[in-house]
Amino acid sequence: MPEGMQRLWRTFFDVDQILAVLPELLAVGVPNTLLLALIAVVIGSCLGLVVAMMLISRSASVRLPARAFVDVFRGLPVILTIYLVGQGLPIAGIRIFGGNSYAYAALALGLIEAAYISEIFRSGIQSVERGQMEASRSLGLSYFETMRWVIVPQGIRRVLPALTGQFIHIIKGSSLVYLLGLLPDQREIFSIASDAAHISGTLSPLVAAGMVYLCLTIPLTYAVNAFDRRLREGERPLSEPAPAVAPAPAHQS
Amino acid sequence: MVSHRPSVGVRTEGITKAFDRNPVLRDITLTVDPGTTTCIIGPSGSGKSTFLRCVNRLEEPSSGRIIIGDEDITRAGTDIDAVRSRVGMVFQGFNLFPHMTVLRNITLALTRVKRMPTDEAVHVAEAQLDEVGLLDMKDRRPAQLSGGQQQRVAIARALAMRPQVMLFDEATSALDPELVKGILEIMKRLAKSGMTMMVVTHELRFAREAAHQVVFLDRGRMIERGPPQQMFNAPASARLKEFLSQML
Ligand SMILES: Nc1ncnc2c1ncn2[C@@H]1O[C@H](COP(=O)(O)OP(=O)(O)OP(=O)(O)O)[C@@H](O)[C@H]1O
Ligand SMILES: [Mg+2]
Repeated sequence: MPEGMQRLWRTFFDVDQILAVLPELLAVGVPNTLLLALIAVVIGSCLGLVVAMMLISRSASVRLPARAFVDVFRGLPVILTIYLVGQGLPIAGIRIFGGNSYAYAALALGLIEAAYISEIFRSGIQSVERGQMEASRSLGLSYFETMRWVIVPQGIRRVLPALTGQFIHIIKGSSLVYLLGLLPDQREIFSIASDAAHISGTLSPLVAAGMVYLCLTIPLTYAVNAFDRRLREGERPLSEPAPAVAPAPAHQS
Repeated sequence: MVSHRPSVGVRTEGITKAFDRNPVLRDITLTVDPGTTTCIIGPSGSGKSTFLRCVNRLEEPSSGRIIIGDEDITRAGTDIDAVRSRVGMVFQGFNLFPHMTVLRNITLALTRVKRMPTDEAVHVAEAQLDEVGLLDMKDRRPAQLSGGQQQRVAIARALAMRPQVMLFDEATSALDPELVKGILEIMKRLAKSGMTMMVVTHELRFAREAAHQVVFLDRGRMIERGPPQQMFNAPASARLKEFLSQML
């Protein structure tokens, strides 16, 4: 192998370095990354749903704060939000999580995701035909009960594929929390790899981290897609003998 | 056909509706006597749907009053959800909830609005499905039913609430011709049973056979109204004459 190639290979694919960092990546990094992502998903989905409902409100005093929240948290660089929330809140005296930067990091990620997810939920909710709201209201269900039982469940199903992208976004975004300084056993995939890279002077640990990230994100895509397919099949005619006549297209007057 | 509450009448007084200053209904005053069927006919865009939707305030009238039984439901402070639970509505596009089974489509409002215990709601829903001949479809999703079956489920869903008044907005217009008859049969039985009904329809035969009163709307105005024989055999206005000749 020419010298240049060898250097390239040693820098990125030093098998010894990769094997050396892999156990810690898997034992400490993966659980922490997943935990961070999970907390952020929960915050992001719950808050995102609330914000989505606010975004479609007819009342400007409800809609505008939600709009501002979405615009700000989608518009800021992730790194900046993590700094401002993770370091800013404790400095400003809002020490809800004490000195636990891990928790602030999860909160920051959750807020960012809530902004993106709320827009996805909103588009899903708004894609549900008007007739669904009318049918439910005409039965006497309130606006919120209609949302709860009729509109939101349908809306979310329609945007599941788009949500996958968001969950991958969260997993990747969790790599930025190293900025806040984590305790050794709090480190997620990227911090472990980054520390190892500094010590060894090669980038191979980062390549190892990259492979681990892909092992998380790629199966996730397929898992959600499969789940999505199953949900859809539940709504379509199954193998049972088709009813006499296919449903006529429903046009609204 | 079904046990429902003692029927009540509907009265609209001077209903006006405008969309963005564009008048769609102009001063419609109409009385529907308890236990009778009123058919609303008229050209496309004349405001039939809008008028019907004003009756349960899916559409807010710009002015005028709506009285159901002895309750003015346009009065401020009206619990409109409670009113709607007593006024059934059937839509042209069925509007079943696609993510729920047929049974759940019917029990949802029974449990959420009427606060029925689940087993009682299931019992009521199954009895109602049986009435429309679809009990064996109860575990299917709406998409697995034909249009006619879907509309029968939608009717069962409304009737399960034991409404005092039923509103039908072109309930058969989205159906293939061979499925129309079944739905009209159900509606006729319901009319005979003494349900108060307001029916927007293009099925003039149905209006002739089932209606006590026929109302002709044109460009947002009530041009003419009367018993079906008079409306169809001796229309007074030129517009109704023209409309009827086009429908034949
Ligand atoms: N939400 C709305 N916003 C604006 N205009 C509307 C709205 N709904 C109805 N209109 C208008 O009101 C008029 C009456 O509509 P409506 O649906 O009541 O007519 P219709 O008699 O039911 O017609 P069809 O027989 O085609 O169903 C139409 O000109 C329609 O364009
Ligand atoms: Mg119409």
